[in-house]
Amino acid sequence: MCLAIPVRIVEVLPDQQAIIELSGLRKEISTALIDSVAVGDYVILHVGYAIGKLDTAEALRTLAMFGELAAATEPGTIQ
Amino acid sequence: MKYIDEYRDGDIAAKIGQRIAAEVDPARRYSFMEFCGGHTHAISRYGIAGLLPTNVRMIHGPGCPVCVLPIGRIDLALSLALERNVIVCTYGDTMRVPASGGMSLIKAKARGGDIRMVYSASDALRIAADNPEREVVFFAIGFETTTPPTALAIREAAARKLGNFSVLCCHVLTPAAITHILESPEVRQYGTVPIDGFVGPAHVSIVIGSDPYVHFAQTYRKPVVIAGFEPLDVMQAILMLVRQVNDGRYVVENEFARAVTAGGNLTAQALMDQVFELRDSFEWRGLGEVPSSALRIRERYAQFDAERRYALAYRAVADNKACDCGAILRGVKQPADCKIFGTVCTPENPVGSCMVSSEGACAAHYSYGRFKDIALVAA
Repeated sequence: MCLAIPVRIVEVLPDQQAIIELSGLRKEISTALIDSVAVGDYVILHVGYAIGKLDTAEALRTLAMFGELAAATEPGTIQ
Repeated sequence: MKYIDEYRDGDIAAKIGQRIAAEVDPARRYSFMEFCGGHTHAISRYGIAGLLPTNVRMIHGPGCPVCVLPIGRIDLALSLALERNVIVCTYGDTMRVPASGGMSLIKAKARGGDIRMVYSASDALRIAADNPEREVVFFAIGFETTTPPTALAIREAAARKLGNFSVLCCHVLTPAAITHILESPEVRQYGTVPIDGFVGPAHVSIVIGSDPYVHFAQTYRKPVVIAGFEPLDVMQAILMLVRQVNDGRYVVENEFARAVTAGGNLTAQALMDQVFELRDSFEWRGLGEVPSSALRIRERYAQFDAERRYALAYRAVADNKACDCGAILRGVKQPADCKIFGTVCTPENPVGSCMVSSEGACAAHYSYGRFKDIALVAA
């Protein structure tokens, strides 16, 4: 029910609407629930509405954290 | 898909699993509740339970809006469609939820009820605009993730003076439900459901932020780690919970920092506050009446409130006696403990609500989890 996915804004339309792209699919969504939006932003899409923005720097930081963790558990490394 | 696939890497998941195994205290048991159905689904679908040490157990929580929707609320929507000739619009998830007398919205549709499945609240508005001679009710369910779009639809209906549109509001609140579980006798007195910490909601927290969990983490001394719905997010959150338990800490941590902030989405919160107010009490399937756990439409938008408009009176209806959904939603039982699981009750023919939504504990276990208990036979 709370299904939501990160999608990329490819076009900003009037009346707080925007076109998003996801794996080649384009769809018009509402951006009325977020303050500002620009082409290239990633937003979290839920039932046709962007409910928040995706912080790409934080996304990379979380991935880096997984990576460090993976490296730290390689056999033979000092833990 | 960018920002999804990277969080599903099996090799890294296995390594986080090894890290968890290295850090757990073998002398104790760890029980964590994942509140959300989205997490329940991820745990079953990606076999996360199999990556955890045997002394770490995940307990499924009641965070599936479809599963906690009581029969009486669906009966209200059915009466609008079948007795008042209203067009009832609803998310696909609610279509097959069992109601009184073996009915469901999809069966009512087969009997001629004008029930339409929509993807978005704005689709329901469009149906109202396209059918000015008919009355249209949007049967709105969901947690804080799904509430802001409903608020926008009501505000837009008011602005466009769509007099034939109203909303049957069944939106419920997450923090109230978590508090209710912690206050339940099973957790407080009997200790039959030991909970050492929570994997906190993902998309709900985008809207409400991480701050609302601070109070109960401190009050009940339970760690909370907010996590995304991808498997690596869940694994990492479990590791963070294990570390908090080992250190004797009980704070709110945010693994889902790519989307969740401390304060949440203030625009969405202001909008919800403008359109909705707290109900004194609301019935949840499995939990019973929970105080201050749901929203209703404010007086200023009364004409868009289907409960006022059609003078609907809520009547509680008991669940099917054979069904263990209530105990499963409280974390007291597991799906396989229910005697009708997988035999009488299946996703194709659900008896209880936990078998309806793919995020329900029973449907998730039926689709993925039950196979791990079946021995492999060489061909």
